[in-house]
Amino acid sequence: MNNSGAMGRDSAEPLRESEAAGSRGNASAVPHAWSPGEGAVAPLTAARLVLARDLKLAFRKRSQLVQPLAFFAIVTMLFPLGVSPELTRLRPMAAGVLWAAALLSSLLALEMLFRDDAQDGTLEQYALSGSSLTWLLAAKTAAHWLLTGLPLALMAPLAAIALGAPGAALPGILASVAVGTVALSLIGSVGAGLTLGIRRSGALLSLLTLPLEIPVLIFGARATELAIAGEAYGVPLQLLGALAVLGLTLAPLAAAAAVRINLE
Amino acid sequence: MAWTWFHRLASPPHVYRVAGRLTPWLAWPAAVLIVAGLIGGLVLAPPDYQQGEGYRILYVHAPSAWMSLLVYTTMAVAAGVGLIWRMKVAHAVAASCAPIGASFTVAALVTGSLWGAPMWGTYWQWDPRLTSELILLFLYLGYMGLRSAFDDLQRADRVSAVLAIVGVVNVPIIHYSVVWWNSLHQAPSLMRLGKPDMPASMFVPLLMMLAGFTLFFGALLLVRVRGEVLSRERAATWIREALRP
Amino acid sequence: MPDLCLKGENVHLWRGDHHVLRGVRFQVEGGECLQLTGANGAGKTTLLRTACGLAYPEGGEITWCGENIRKDMHAFHAQLAYLGHEPPLKAELTARENLYYWVGVRCRVERQELDRALERVGGDHWADRPVRTLSAGQKRRAALAGLTLMRVPLWLLDEPTTNLDVEGQKLVGALIDEHLQAGGVALAAVHHELAVSTGQGLQRMELTVE
Repeated sequence: MNNSGAMGRDSAEPLRESEAAGSRGNASAVPHAWSPGEGAVAPLTAARLVLARDLKLAFRKRSQLVQPLAFFAIVTMLFPLGVSPELTRLRPMAAGVLWAAALLSSLLALEMLFRDDAQDGTLEQYALSGSSLTWLLAAKTAAHWLLTGLPLALMAPLAAIALGAPGAALPGILASVAVGTVALSLIGSVGAGLTLGIRRSGALLSLLTLPLEIPVLIFGARATELAIAGEAYGVPLQLLGALAVLGLTLAPLAAAAAVRINLE
Repeated sequence: MAWTWFHRLASPPHVYRVAGRLTPWLAWPAAVLIVAGLIGGLVLAPPDYQQGEGYRILYVHAPSAWMSLLVYTTMAVAAGVGLIWRMKVAHAVAASCAPIGASFTVAALVTGSLWGAPMWGTYWQWDPRLTSELILLFLYLGYMGLRSAFDDLQRADRVSAVLAIVGVVNVPIIHYSVVWWNSLHQAPSLMRLGKPDMPASMFVPLLMMLAGFTLFFGALLLVRVRGEVLSRERAATWIREALRP
Repeated sequence: MPDLCLKGENVHLWRGDHHVLRGVRFQVEGGECLQLTGANGAGKTTLLRTACGLAYPEGGEITWCGENIRKDMHAFHAQLAYLGHEPPLKAELTARENLYYWVGVRCRVERQELDRALERVGGDHWADRPVRTLSAGQKRRAALAGLTLMRVPLWLLDEPTTNLDVEGQKLVGALIDEHLQAGGVALAAVHHELAVSTGQGLQRMELTVE
């Protein structure tokens, strides 16, 4: 059953030739040629623009950036209150507490990654831009890490001190959380892409993302634990770095696939 | 030509028919192997020199754990085929796999817990195998949860396919990290049976159980796929013919 | 330049059990505009999204300049501009910034061109205010400015005159006229007749609900 009825043309046939002849000399408000190569933008430039825009947008809504950090602080605080105020009892579990709090905060922050762009049609425009969606989503994830992961990494040493870590451990804590949050942002981007169209997706997003983030938790917590104990933390840090690199190559691809499916 | 059989394979009525015919060929051998394996393992095999009679639950635990991984892999492969070649039936297979795999995972966890209880004194230890199985259970639950979150079946199929593929890539990574984590701390571990030294009378029933469980999964999958195909194609005309008694 | 032509042949698309597009056929050449009408839910938006490659049809194919659009989607997308129901503008940025980023991801855009485009749609006074302070009509005009900046031969427009006053609707007509005069192709889903000057290649197609 065909549903293209009533197709009419308004006397187009004879006019098309004359109009074609006329349009070449018609230097009206459309003075440019249409070869797609001209004026086209390199993928790196497009990615840079996406990154710049996300950063600019975030600074216009600065108050939102504080929320994941506040959440991190509150969750960290729950443990001394729930367990014991003695630093000697807190220090052995400090690494685990820090990382559990970091995973949960990064989950909370995932809301801002794709949601706004999906709702106002920006993500659609990215998918139709002619540039690789993978690159553009990688740029968005990079912006997300700069806005949420890096501040978390800077806050983690402070939280660690509150849980009894010695001052000498701070560089190690910073390094491990910084590298780890890169992997968390990347894995999270896949989860966010999968749950794009779903309302109230918070619990489902956690269920999907947290199991995939467990290796990051294991290696990261080990690195932080060794740093707090004053021992060499190179091995787990390298494993963490390997996870981040793997995520960098694979996660944007998966996220782009998920986003495309949700845009269908 | 090569592609015609591929496309015929993808046609729902064909799959419905073939699955129905194939099921008994998998179900009966599965039943025989499982019964034989159980007799061999629970009755005939000698007691383990370290664990005595208690180890026998291995004959249910190990195949369950093995199946939970095999089913996830099958699910991911089917999902991938459906995603790349846009085959509806492949998505039906993936959807059918998930509850089966989750059940195997629960079985592995329960039997593992029962196995360790007499040795540990508690029903749970953070043994690497059990921990991995627990994480795998969450992966299954996540997959099923994601599927059910979409009203549009086609989108549910395709989105969960991406998740299944991401999951299957992560499973070895997760397992390795859990084993690494466990090795750092001297927590009690479960199955230190003399695996290389396992005598044939212990090993053969185990193989039979493994094969039996695999065939059982095959038969169960075919039954579920038929049901899934019926449900998805309910508006199609070939259904009436196929359901004629 | 190859002959521009967007063709859809026997396009079928299902959404769940609903057969939305049932063998749709269309052909729009350079200098022509296809106006899609139909009740809500008839599939106008779905057809537009299928034509630009976002939605995947179960049957039939869409070709651009003789080639199936799926063959090289990136190249195809580089030649089209799609304007959906909502203007793709971020509320916290100004109209000018929005256009700079939105168009800039696809092609280089100079400052003078931005100014000219905004002026064309009547945006000189509101171009530097945050988009959240603009009215729906002004947002729509800003989106139209972005459209003109993209320099692409194929326009796919979903209800481009929404929220626009009479002046605005004339503006849409004028922009499409210019686009067609330069040899471009346009596909627009509308509720009212577009103010495109007759004498251009204007086709009409009505989609019906099943």
